[in-house]
Amino acid sequence: MATDLTVAPPVAATEKLPDRKKKQRPRWLAHIVLILGALLMLYPLLWMLSSSFKFTEDIFSQTGLIPERVTGQNYPDGWTALPRDFGHYIWNSLVIVVGSIIGNLLACSLAAYAFARLDFKFKKFWFAVMLGTMMLPIHVVIVPQYILFSELEWINTYWPLIVPKLLATDGFFIFLMVQFIRGIPTELDEAARIDGCGHFAIFWRIVIPLSVPALATTAIFTFIWTWNDFFSQLIFLTDPEMYTVPVALRTFVDATSQTPWGPVFAMSIVALAPVFGFFLAGQRYLVRGIATTGLK
Amino acid sequence: MSSTLDVPSRERSHDEAPGATGRAAPRGRKWWTARLTPYLFLAPWFAGLLFITAGPIAASAYLSFTDYSLIGAPEWIGLANFERMFDDPRFYQSLKVTFIYVAVSVPIQLAFALFLAMILDRGLRGLALYRSIYYLPSLIGGSVAIAILWRQIFGSDGLLNQVLRFVGFENPPGWVSDPDYALGTLIILNVWTFGAPMVIFLAGLRQIPTMYYEAASLDGAGKVRQFLQVTLPLLSPIIFFNLVLQTINAFQTFTQAFIVSGGTGGPADSTLFYTLYLYQRGFGNFDMGYASALAWFLLLIVGGLTAINFFASKYWVFYGD
Repeated sequence: MATDLTVAPPVAATEKLPDRKKKQRPRWLAHIVLILGALLMLYPLLWMLSSSFKFTEDIFSQTGLIPERVTGQNYPDGWTALPRDFGHYIWNSLVIVVGSIIGNLLACSLAAYAFARLDFKFKKFWFAVMLGTMMLPIHVVIVPQYILFSELEWINTYWPLIVPKLLATDGFFIFLMVQFIRGIPTELDEAARIDGCGHFAIFWRIVIPLSVPALATTAIFTFIWTWNDFFSQLIFLTDPEMYTVPVALRTFVDATSQTPWGPVFAMSIVALAPVFGFFLAGQRYLVRGIATTGLK
Repeated sequence: MSSTLDVPSRERSHDEAPGATGRAAPRGRKWWTARLTPYLFLAPWFAGLLFITAGPIAASAYLSFTDYSLIGAPEWIGLANFERMFDDPRFYQSLKVTFIYVAVSVPIQLAFALFLAMILDRGLRGLALYRSIYYLPSLIGGSVAIAILWRQIFGSDGLLNQVLRFVGFENPPGWVSDPDYALGTLIILNVWTFGAPMVIFLAGLRQIPTMYYEAASLDGAGKVRQFLQVTLPLLSPIIFFNLVLQTINAFQTFTQAFIVSGGTGGPADSTLFYTLYLYQRGFGNFDMGYASALAWFLLLIVGGLTAINFFASKYWVFYGD
């Protein structure tokens, strides 16, 4: 069953389209539909941004995007509302994110090189296993993982969140890089081999420098996924000192029955801002990444 | 390397002078290096397979036959966890919630994705901008911040009800606090993230050669006919790909339900997703054996559904010739 998973037709998203289907109904109609749709999609986000500058009592009476009374107080209030200031949680998140990025870049590219360039026994079988793990819900393995990590006394440390990345458990990125490395001409490898390079030298000096787009896609997706990840951080980090941004945000709506919506929205904006930043900076890598592997 | 002129060791003779003696030389260092290299590259991945993915699957199979609360040793209780599972109304409730969620939200989400991809595929100006805007919710739809936003928007005094009261509805429901509607708000959230499959559809639509449409239109096929007989069949592998992926994704929904219901799966268990129930059992009650049984059942469902998808695809997915 697992081998069949390769049927997914990866397609390149980047080619330019020659002017096709010249006779069209008026384009303004399509533009109107698209603009209205985009506004509807973005309205909740824009409203949250605007509400983060409203007084909490106004949030429940104003549905518009322009605050009638503007306040900047929500940001400092939200920043200091929890036992530690919000910067502490951002730091915890960053440590995990950076560790995960390094782990994924190293371990997934090593594995991808083996799958794309080397011959070994049962390669097809192992590749199918790798594709199978892409589909594996984390919930299925979380219990034994928790037991293992608590035996190692790693609960409430960063390790349970970083070590799996160092062990190439994100099959998506291996798959992405295998696809990419297969596109690099083997003549380059052979030339390097004649010059006396072994596989590690070829990997490090030829394949890695040429794979920068795939590595960038991996880094950006790892950032966004890890930054947003809630489930595993909720389970492995129960000590408030170790809380990350998502886990800390959650305590806002949990702790009090009266949620202070102004500060909560302000900190939600702070939590989303880096994702927007990476999204804007890395759009073309993202689009290519999704088109190749169907990442979300 | 520097000693090549010294006593020719047996090891080297194999690689550097193959067949010089006509005798099969023992396998040398280089031979071993060549054999070992792939495994060195794969070492982290194999370790991950053992400790993080495949190993834990096996371990949870064992645990599902035990009673274990992290203290002491797991106690073998045979099939008791599974018997308990099939007597557990909350287990059935969580299955029902999850299936409704998947069965309703995934088709709607894919329909939106395809519809917008087709509009965008007409070579409009500003394509990249539209694509980015529609894609953005996919990146953040699973985050805590968005789930919190949803909780406000669909709260009894939230944004939606403000608008509804403004246009004249006296008593709108409390959406997230109403068992009839709470799941619906999460379905809307999932539909909102149709951008990821849309980008994949868009890439797929661009692979369909224009001449098919020209030929169809010469034969007198209208737009609808063209869609049904050119676009759909040629796009079917991509529809299938998106269907499998989004189904698996939807099955794993956790954060949204956890935040919107405050971790309870309420009101009245109406948002008790399977993963949420598993979390409550395993990490609320530390009932690790039972949670493992639930986990294994989830694996069977996801595997089974994927298998059904693949089986059914033979009848509707068109792979050319």
